[in-house]
Amino acid sequence: MIRKWLAMAAGLVLLPGASAWGADAINSGDTSWVIVSTALVMMMTPAGLALFYSGMSRYKNLLNTFAMTLVAYCLASVIWVVWGYTLAFGPDHGGIIGGMNHLFLNGMDVNSVTGTIPTYVFVLFQLTFAGITVALVLGSIVDRMKFSSWIVFAALWITFIYCPVAHWVWGGGWMAKMGALDFAGGNVVHINAGVAGLMLALVLGKRKGYGREAMFPSSVALSALGAALLWFGWFGFNAGSALAANGVAGSAFLATNTSAAMAALAWMGAEWFIAKHPTVLGLASGVVAGLVAITPAAGFVNLQASLIIGLVAGVLGYFSVSKLKLKMGYDDSLDAFGVHGLCGIWGALATGLFASPAISGASGFFYGNPKQVGIQLVSIAATIAFTAVGTLMVVYITKWVTGGLRVPVEQEVEGLDSAVHGERAFEIG
Amino acid sequence: MKKIEAIIKPFKLDDVKQALNDIGLQGMTVTEVKGYGRQKGHKEIYRGAEYMVDFIPKIKIEIVVPADRLNETLETIRKSASTGKIGDGKIFVMSLEEVIRVRTGETGVEAI
Repeated sequence: MIRKWLAMAAGLVLLPGASAWGADAINSGDTSWVIVSTALVMMMTPAGLALFYSGMSRYKNLLNTFAMTLVAYCLASVIWVVWGYTLAFGPDHGGIIGGMNHLFLNGMDVNSVTGTIPTYVFVLFQLTFAGITVALVLGSIVDRMKFSSWIVFAALWITFIYCPVAHWVWGGGWMAKMGALDFAGGNVVHINAGVAGLMLALVLGKRKGYGREAMFPSSVALSALGAALLWFGWFGFNAGSALAANGVAGSAFLATNTSAAMAALAWMGAEWFIAKHPTVLGLASGVVAGLVAITPAAGFVNLQASLIIGLVAGVLGYFSVSKLKLKMGYDDSLDAFGVHGLCGIWGALATGLFASPAISGASGFFYGNPKQVGIQLVSIAATIAFTAVGTLMVVYITKWVTGGLRVPVEQEVEGLDSAVHGERAFEIG
Repeated sequence: MKKIEAIIKPFKLDDVKQALNDIGLQGMTVTEVKGYGRQKGHKEIYRGAEYMVDFIPKIKIEIVVPADRLNETLETIRKSASTGKIGDGKIFVMSLEEVIRVRTGETGVEAI
């Protein structure tokens, strides 16, 4: 099983070379599981995240949040198959970026194989990750960004930020060569999206009335349903990232569910103890915090480690959204940075601590490989630095292209559902 | 005739209504209102974001009584609406010129 995984990992690294294709045979079990996983991860964006975020946004911006999530997935779907995939997984250039050989998925056909699955399936599986990553960013900026600016930003960000980082980690780039462990996207997805969200929120500024007016979620019930769909989809995200129907997939599944549950309990406990209410939004956010933190570790750590990773993620998530945000004063509207950024950093670090050779062969600090912690820290710092600077550049280009990033203040007060989309989420009375 | 406007805590409405029924007063108009007095607003925090609660939800009761029943009515409202804590509300009293029952055209105390 481990040998199979290692062979798979090697196959992934070699994947950009066309010679790697067709070398292996398609395994129907692996293929079925990755196709199902792809569909599961797809659902996370226009259903799971869309509900999770829209329910948290204010009643007058519910549909705008939904629209931003949906349009992000659509943009990623088109960009990925035209130029995104090849930038991330095309032949490596200096460890930094993939070549343009597979523009429009050129050079592959129905018989192409990546690892033990058809390359088309691999392309689609990776597409769903690009989709959710860019959509996650909007959790920091809802209620105030122009829809046109979001579209331009999302297209640029997938191209210039997501694709390079995905290449570094999964496309045979420098982080992969350095030995950084990121099973399903701690760096690529969560740190990347969380830091980008914070940068965008800082440039956009706070929502009008932030810190004075109450900004309650439109529907905690929708958010809780969204979190449940994210949880469900995350089994494809993490267990699917084994890219095989094998023991590692099962182990990743186990770690994923355990961490999510543990983090929800931890968040609930921390909130109940400190703020006196075990809120439903807290439970739902705890689930997501635990899923985020286990993402880079899922296929590397054992059950005990997943319990600890979830426990810390729940408490860390609670303190980052309730205390750190208040102290620092930034308006991370739906806590993309607090939950995805910070819990993603914890998960990437924890992978370096707890990676057990019995799972996938990689060892962390507690299994006699202290060097792994250093490698993880370098990968975390590099992702943060690149994303922070790169996102700022993308933000300013977007601002220039669309003539400002923010909606006019009258629209912000009226609500973006009616001002931008001409619709209302609910017709009551 | 006197018109009484009482601002009370929402959860005390049933007690006040019952107490007024018990002394034989019938009819009242009730409105959900928001406001602040000496209690002022206060700061709250939701998910790490502060906000001011300037206006606190209250219930406004309006009733009209003959002048000779005023003191008894005021005492009943005050007792039944009181919790002894800040924010129990206020009672305003004003003289009323005329009351007309729409259906019959009766006026004055007869119309109350």
